[in-house]
Amino acid sequence: MLNPLVKQVDPNMYRYDEFDAQFVGERVNQFAGQVARRLSGELTEDQFKPLRLMNGLYLQLHAYMLRIAVPYGTLSSKQMRKLAHIARTYDKGFGHFTTRTNMQFHWIKLVDVPKILRELADVEMHCYLFCGNCVRNVTADQFAGATAEEIEDPRPLAEIIRQWSSLHPEFVFLARKFKIAVGATKADRAALQWHDMAVQVVKNDQGRTGYLVMAGGGMGRTPYVAHVMSEFVEREDILAYLEAVLRVYNQDSRRDNIHKQRIKILINAIGPEEMRRRVAREFEELKRMGTLQLPKEELDRIAAYFAPPKFDTGLSDEMPQAGKDFADWVNTNVHAHRAPGYAIATITLKTPGQVPGDITADQMDTVADLMDQFSVGEVRVTHDQNLVLPHVRKKDLPAIFAKLQELDFASPNSGLITDIIACPGLDYCDLANARSIPIAQKIALKFADLDRQHQIGELKIKISGCINACGHHHAGHIGILGVDKKGVEFYQLLLGGSGAEDASIGTIMGPGFGEHEIADAVERVVNVYIAERKDGERFLDTYRRIGMEKFKAAAYQEAAAA
Amino acid sequence: MLTANRLRDGDVLYRKGSGWVLFLAEGEVYADQASADAALAAANAELVHNTFVAPYLFEVREQNGKIVPVKEREIIRAAGPTVHPNTGKQAGQVNA
Repeated sequence: MLNPLVKQVDPNMYRYDEFDAQFVGERVNQFAGQVARRLSGELTEDQFKPLRLMNGLYLQLHAYMLRIAVPYGTLSSKQMRKLAHIARTYDKGFGHFTTRTNMQFHWIKLVDVPKILRELADVEMHCYLFCGNCVRNVTADQFAGATAEEIEDPRPLAEIIRQWSSLHPEFVFLARKFKIAVGATKADRAALQWHDMAVQVVKNDQGRTGYLVMAGGGMGRTPYVAHVMSEFVEREDILAYLEAVLRVYNQDSRRDNIHKQRIKILINAIGPEEMRRRVAREFEELKRMGTLQLPKEELDRIAAYFAPPKFDTGLSDEMPQAGKDFADWVNTNVHAHRAPGYAIATITLKTPGQVPGDITADQMDTVADLMDQFSVGEVRVTHDQNLVLPHVRKKDLPAIFAKLQELDFASPNSGLITDIIACPGLDYCDLANARSIPIAQKIALKFADLDRQHQIGELKIKISGCINACGHHHAGHIGILGVDKKGVEFYQLLLGGSGAEDASIGTIMGPGFGEHEIADAVERVVNVYIAERKDGERFLDTYRRIGMEKFKAAAYQEAAAA
Repeated sequence: MLTANRLRDGDVLYRKGSGWVLFLAEGEVYADQASADAALAAANAELVHNTFVAPYLFEVREQNGKIVPVKEREIIRAAGPTVHPNTGKQAGQVNA
């Protein structure tokens, strides 16, 4: 609910036009009718299930789960307050941010879903394109439009891709789901190389802005890092090029085996060179037809929605002093902004002991107030289940930090060992083999000492409760995969993965550890790193230099002795 | 035992006689595979009434005088998420 002391701010982000509003409204009415027909028995469960999945509604362990899209992770304060309202009114007072930058509610009633969808439509949100074999929610760098590192804000392109791909008749029945991410900096905060397709804004040798396109990355049962399809695609050709990649995938992918249907399997079966050749051929055909050019006027029209806010001028660029706790938080959670006197502030939803990504309705309302008071009404959801205030004045950081302390969201741990990604796992998910969240909590509490965390430095732990890898375990410096052994939870360790610009696939260490062994095994692995590291090495660097053996010996030797 | 989800709200159900109850402790334990299969067949025949979905059998055992599921999945499903003990049936909540 809106705090009467706070003035709601409308941020610069995409706003529905008449077509969008009509489209979403019609989808809501259509699904409301389908729910009514299911409840009356006119539709069987077999007929209804694909319809509810296409509207983001899953049946999980305890109830229905509704997944709400947060396109490229951008939320307004108005939308955040609506999510708080839904948490309070239709769920159990909290929600969960996912690794695809979406919001999930885990205690939803089918009979309430039409009402919820109408409430979401009121704030320009929806739940479709979350399941089924279509192009899913497009994600982006959470620092987009705020960091000085970027060539340009990648979100206009993300929005154009969203509009182009939403219910695209040619891509509604792909062989499998298809995930796209965009970025515009050398630093990769959006796990670009782990996507079915990714676009990075680049400049060519002549200084012209265009796009590097990658394809064939993915996690799950068979992890692959993406291959570059084209080093440089001209602006006006980007949709034609993306369509060419999707067309080749649509035509040539295997549809006979669910484990071999993703584009990563196709590209690694035929080889990246052959894939590039097929895409180039299709691209030339699309270019020859000339029907899929992206007009500059349209790009400019969409980009105008994302115009930078009017930054205050004449601000001091000095970081305020407000004690050691504040300085620690600034050190890990505050990043450089493009405008003098401004900063980007990461709110980690990961204070040791918390459920990664969980946020209560009251916390959502308070974050919405912070957005309005200090960050032009805007927040970003990150793929590592945190929030980012993209445009804050440095002089306001102490006040923001104080408020976050009240929320228990002020932990100075962004990128550190307690900033753990974890999927909902067996606590909620119908597909999971093991719990993820309690393992994340145990590890975070084990390393809760701040000095120790800072001494360890950058170390990314990612936990999945099954091979579907929603917790990105393949991309963790330390990855953990939950498995089921005759109904009992076990956990495999993987080392050496990365979701950043130095992307790599983690290597499985060996047999799994029991629920009560895994946190200690992680600690022994970290101790090997501390003993072996050279100056300036991150955990990942040390692992890449010395390999698996010493880590493995420590992890299992002491497990066997225990 | 036999379980399903209620259609209108997704709540977890357990079979008792020819009906359903909301808590595992009140559900019926089938003494042998034949009676379990018969209960599942009866439930499948009732799907046309559109009050519940996805019925299936799962194993239980007796532990300290109480019936508990063999698999962790069913233990969590019967109680609620282990990370939010104030939610779900462990907190006496039903989703109606």
